[in-house]
Amino acid sequence: MANPAKNLFQKVWNAHRVRELASGQTQLLIGTHLIHEVTSPQAFAMLRELELSVRYPKRTFATVDHIIPTDDQSRPLQDELAEAMMSELEQNCREHDIQFFGPESGFQGIVHVIGPELGLTQPGMTIGCGDSHTSTHGAFGTIAFGIGTSQVRDLLATQCMAISPLKVRRIEVTGTLEPGVFAKDVILAIIRKLGVNGGVGYAYEYAGPVLDAMSMEERMTICNMSIEGGARCGYVNPDSTTVEYLRGRRYTPDDGDFEGKAAAWLALASDPGAVYDDVVEIDGSEIEPCITWGINPGHNIGVSESIPTPNEASDDERAGVEEALEYMDFVAGASIAGTPIDVAFIGSCTNGRISDLREAARIAATGHVKEGVRTLVVPGSADVQRQAESEGLHEIFRKAGFDWREPGCSMCLAMNPDKLRGREVCASSSNRNFKGRQGSPSGRTLLMSPAMVAAAAIAGEVVDVRRIS
Amino acid sequence: MGKELQTSIRIDSVEGTGCVVRGDDIDTDRIIPARFMKDLTFDDMGQHAFEDARKAAKGQHPLDDERFTHASILIVGQNFGCGSSREHAPQALMRFGFNAFVGGSFAEIFAGNCTSLGLPCITLGEVDLAKLMDAVELDPTQNLRIDLDARSLTSRAGEMSISIPDGVRHQLLAGDWDAMRILLDAGDDIEKTASALPY
Ligand code: SF4
Repeated sequence: MANPAKNLFQKVWNAHRVRELASGQTQLLIGTHLIHEVTSPQAFAMLRELELSVRYPKRTFATVDHIIPTDDQSRPLQDELAEAMMSELEQNCREHDIQFFGPESGFQGIVHVIGPELGLTQPGMTIGCGDSHTSTHGAFGTIAFGIGTSQVRDLLATQCMAISPLKVRRIEVTGTLEPGVFAKDVILAIIRKLGVNGGVGYAYEYAGPVLDAMSMEERMTICNMSIEGGARCGYVNPDSTTVEYLRGRRYTPDDGDFEGKAAAWLALASDPGAVYDDVVEIDGSEIEPCITWGINPGHNIGVSESIPTPNEASDDERAGVEEALEYMDFVAGASIAGTPIDVAFIGSCTNGRISDLREAARIAATGHVKEGVRTLVVPGSADVQRQAESEGLHEIFRKAGFDWREPGCSMCLAMNPDKLRGREVCASSSNRNFKGRQGSPSGRTLLMSPAMVAAAAIAGEVVDVRRIS
Repeated sequence: MGKELQTSIRIDSVEGTGCVVRGDDIDTDRIIPARFMKDLTFDDMGQHAFEDARKAAKGQHPLDDERFTHASILIVGQNFGCGSSREHAPQALMRFGFNAFVGGSFAEIFAGNCTSLGLPCITLGEVDLAKLMDAVELDPTQNLRIDLDARSLTSRAGEMSISIPDGVRHQLLAGDWDAMRILLDAGDDIEKTASALPY
């Protein structure tokens, strides 16, 4: 007899299965589709060419995040290409009757920040978005896939995708985190342990006491970077923290029976005795603030460690370590603490939420940005910005010499004017340290938590945030 | 209710010469830097494939190597295409002239995007991959033949067995790789599933 105990992935999958396809794949219904300006215009064009309409406009929501400037968002945007992308999205939303959260709506922001804060993201959903960090939404017990433009077209036309079931790996983080160690450090430690392609073929279920104790925003940071670990998606089982976060949000169901809804959400959590394809345990008490030293997120170490040498790398990794050291121009064996930085970026769908800004502001309040360091603090959404400003965080940042900006993706991928120049080294709270990622083909990125970025901005170099009281 | 959608072309084999780009974890930012994603179409993506990497290599990048000029099969390492979901990456490589990818492993979203475009991503074991890379670099003129039906790759290095997920192989062989027609075929079943959802 089949095991009646199921994990959340299986439950959500089964509820969304439309049919099995001849290829052996499943036609899976994607209940909520989020779109943005960069990966949707070609999809709408294909739809038009095929004379198809959007099947479920009410299940589709749009915002603008990647190309939007963070200094002056008034229209028309100064960058003509950006203006064209934004107008195209507005036009497509109008034509197909899709809800668009543009700047005038007061709710614009990074798609993975606004989905949760509007209550669009709820347990048990399937979500698709033409962006790899769609995995973020998994924090709510959602199965959320990043997709390419052809699949955006498929979702617009059919609300479905063809996909094979994934294996599920449960990652249990035990113990408690030391003060100064954040969700960002936990996910970096996980990626370091399991590798940047360790998750291929898997959904990651994050669990254990460390996850249980986390806020929704911290869980989002973890799920966000599932993709950096190679996993197709990641999730956390819904619990009372999830329910309380969702209570009273704009799109949270409000038919007089929130408690009934909440009970149904909680029942989606993986059953005791559910079977996993793999289980991994990580001791959270041993994690220290982590920093990347190389050119992929797996190239990370604790702040007290030294930059690896090619000799100590495994045979598979040696060439990668050599390439990374050459690109970064770092000395093998040197301590990562003390590495000078030129730029500090706080923001992104990984760490651009209110709790991230509060932590960074707490550190910012202890000093002043080092002369010569360029800074950007970019709230993840208009809502985060309002909240931060109502708490006076923007004043704390400004007083400490940080540049407080308008919401967007900004220097996470530098499709707007916020870019590194030349060989600059950037302490960044974003998610990717790939070559050229932050807008300069030779720019260098050190990923770390927002508090660590703030501390680095003040010191002008990488420091251990645990030393700052 | 739209145009009559055609079955896409059946893809049972890909033949041509190869180009070797060594290195693991080559990400989509490297394949197509984000600044080129501001185009509203994919039309001009081809010319920007690997642009920054090619500039940095000052003409020494494999994509600029004359010996690989007409290559249609790109041979890569592990975890190729990791990073973002941008279809701009396979679009750029396809428009540059590649019809298939052979590697140690591929990032899933990248591979999925390739399938949507009818570009097979096939994997080889480590030993075979190293052998193939060496052989193609030594003699770039040789013909490579990927046979999806027989799950094999033939080159002067001999015949190797290849891996490709069953579902994807089926889609390519049946001409169903452009999933939309198949998905639309489900008709009322879509609405049945949608209306049963609690949201
Ligand atoms: S913040 Fe960065 S990773 Fe997140 S959606 Fe924007 S560009 Fe992508």
